[in-house]
Amino acid sequence: MNYTKRSGNVRLTLTIWLISICTTSFSTTIIVGSNQPVRSLKKAIETAKDKDTILLQSGIYKEGPIIITRPLTIIGQNDPVLDGENKFEILLISGRDITIKGIHFRNSGYSAMNDYASIKLVDASNIKLENNIITGAYFAIHISNTSYATVRNNNIIGNPRSEQLTGNAIHLWKSNHALIEKNHVQGHRDGIYFEFVTFSTIRYNLSEKNIRYGLHFMFSNDDTYLGNTFRNNGAGVAVMYSKKVKMENNHFEQNWGPSAYGILLKEISDSYIVHNTFLKNTVGIYFEGTSRIEIEKNIFIENGWALKVQANCEENNFHHNNFTGNSFDVGTNGSISLNNFHHNYWDKYEGYDINKDGMGDIAYHPVSMYSMIIEQNPYALMLFRSFTVQLLDKAEKAIPSLTPENLIDKKPLMKSLKL
Amino acid sequence: MMKLSKYVLYDILRSKIILGYTLFLFIVSFSMFQMEENSSKAILSLLNIVLIVLPLVSLVFTTIHYYNSYEFIELMSSQPMSRTRILLSEFTGVSISLLTAFLIGVGIPVLIYEANETGFALLFTGMSLTLVFTSIAFLASVVARDKARGIGFALLLWFYFALIYDGLVLLILFSFSEYPLEKLTLLLSALNPIDLGRIFIMLKMDVSALMGYTGALYKDFFGSGTGIIFTTGIMLLWILLPLWLAVKKFSKKDL
Repeated sequence: MNYTKRSGNVRLTLTIWLISICTTSFSTTIIVGSNQPVRSLKKAIETAKDKDTILLQSGIYKEGPIIITRPLTIIGQNDPVLDGENKFEILLISGRDITIKGIHFRNSGYSAMNDYASIKLVDASNIKLENNIITGAYFAIHISNTSYATVRNNNIIGNPRSEQLTGNAIHLWKSNHALIEKNHVQGHRDGIYFEFVTFSTIRYNLSEKNIRYGLHFMFSNDDTYLGNTFRNNGAGVAVMYSKKVKMENNHFEQNWGPSAYGILLKEISDSYIVHNTFLKNTVGIYFEGTSRIEIEKNIFIENGWALKVQANCEENNFHHNNFTGNSFDVGTNGSISLNNFHHNYWDKYEGYDINKDGMGDIAYHPVSMYSMIIEQNPYALMLFRSFTVQLLDKAEKAIPSLTPENLIDKKPLMKSLKL
Repeated sequence: MMKLSKYVLYDILRSKIILGYTLFLFIVSFSMFQMEENSSKAILSLLNIVLIVLPLVSLVFTTIHYYNSYEFIELMSSQPMSRTRILLSEFTGVSISLLTAFLIGVGIPVLIYEANETGFALLFTGMSLTLVFTSIAFLASVVARDKARGIGFALLLWFYFALIYDGLVLLILFSFSEYPLEKLTLLLSALNPIDLGRIFIMLKMDVSALMGYTGALYKDFFGSGTGIIFTTGIMLLWILLPLWLAVKKFSKKDL
């Protein structure tokens, strides 16, 4: 055990000792601070050997772009600030086994040519970014061609400018086995952005008030996201052109707007949407060109449209979901439906259950005539809930002509599921 | 004038119809809140009461009351009293009784079960519609010559505002669907107090759906400060204009 100790602080000693145990036995710890021999982080990185630990004491460091290529651990004490002075990319990491913890990254630069980021990972592996604060960034964390990156417990707050002037909070491109966990992300273009990312997990994050999507997800197969909350984002969450995606226990709330969706699904197949809650979105889930998706045990409350299922979707299974207080349950744009609905609870169901098996004896048509009319002529929303429209809806229920005949729940539940 | 309104009010209370109406509203509202498992669904059912039953009762009750108290009005006209005052006191008496019935019958259950924005929007719409249709009924009864025609006329108006108008709007929206209709829909909603009231409640109830394409237009317009002033102003116009016309017609009428 060989470490440099110049401060008499007992707690510090203990911390360093613990860290030294964690890292391999031949590593050293370098302390960087205003009243330490090493005052610059850059210099510390230059002098450090592989697997060393650098302790960054509190203070404001304006050092321009910093590059790390060797296995190092950098730990901030009492929120040291790395300032990009609105000009630079603060930290570029390209290597393996690097950990960055507890540092406040502030005001990284903006460029129309390059994707400047507060922390950028390129061609790296086994990277941990934990407990950092990132403010005023263009891109906050930008990860490309990296495997086994862990982004945990970071707090990322952007200044919402226009869509062009703001980058993504956590941006991953062509990576695998990433873990994005317990981060709080707000005020960026996309909260979390995935493109060509495989075998990765996004969990327990809170993504809110982003200009575009809370989560933007493309060409990324075999990923899981669970327990996240996406709230009040410009356009909700988009999951596109992917296979084998699992979405569980997420909350989608208050995504309001003409093209805002709890989830927008486009060209998705073989995926699971289970145990999610959709509250007060303009559209809960929008399906376009999806196939073989299981949608079960979700809760849809007070959405404009709980589901919008375009006619080009097939073999999706909607079952054991609760639909309550939605203005429209299901909307569609065609007369064909190749999807299965069964065993859902619909609060608008008016049927009866004579044999007392808990399921209604007549089928429920979740697509109301008026939702078809609004699909054709959006202005007709003006007459929604008027007496005339209610009469038309009743007439349509008796003799269906406009609504798709086979889009029905044959076994609607009489009582709501306890989810 | 206050004295005359008081006599009108006593007269109405003696007839017990208004008490029955209050009781009807009260029982219906209470049972709806009791029956439905979530109170927002009860509000939805109450919406129909407010938009359909309220205008109908206001129209028919006012018309019948006018013809029943025709002799009283004639008697008052022989007194040194302006005709404007006579009609206005009749209006005040009738509208106070109808408003009280509504506030007790629907207001109390709503305040107990659903005292939120939606509930208050419902009460505002209900009160406005009561006044609007009382005022329209006075115009109808002053214009029509006898009781049968008066009631017929009132029913026709109700039919028009509650059903026919929406059908016409739907027709217009589909015939001109190629054109930008944003401004037109705003205008069309102002031309029918029932629609205006309905949209006002919808802004609170279906706010998620209204954030969609065209809905955002309503939300931006009616939800804003100007929108609320617009709604209140148009409602006020719907109350005052028929009343003013009725007063004008009444003061020149050969009784």
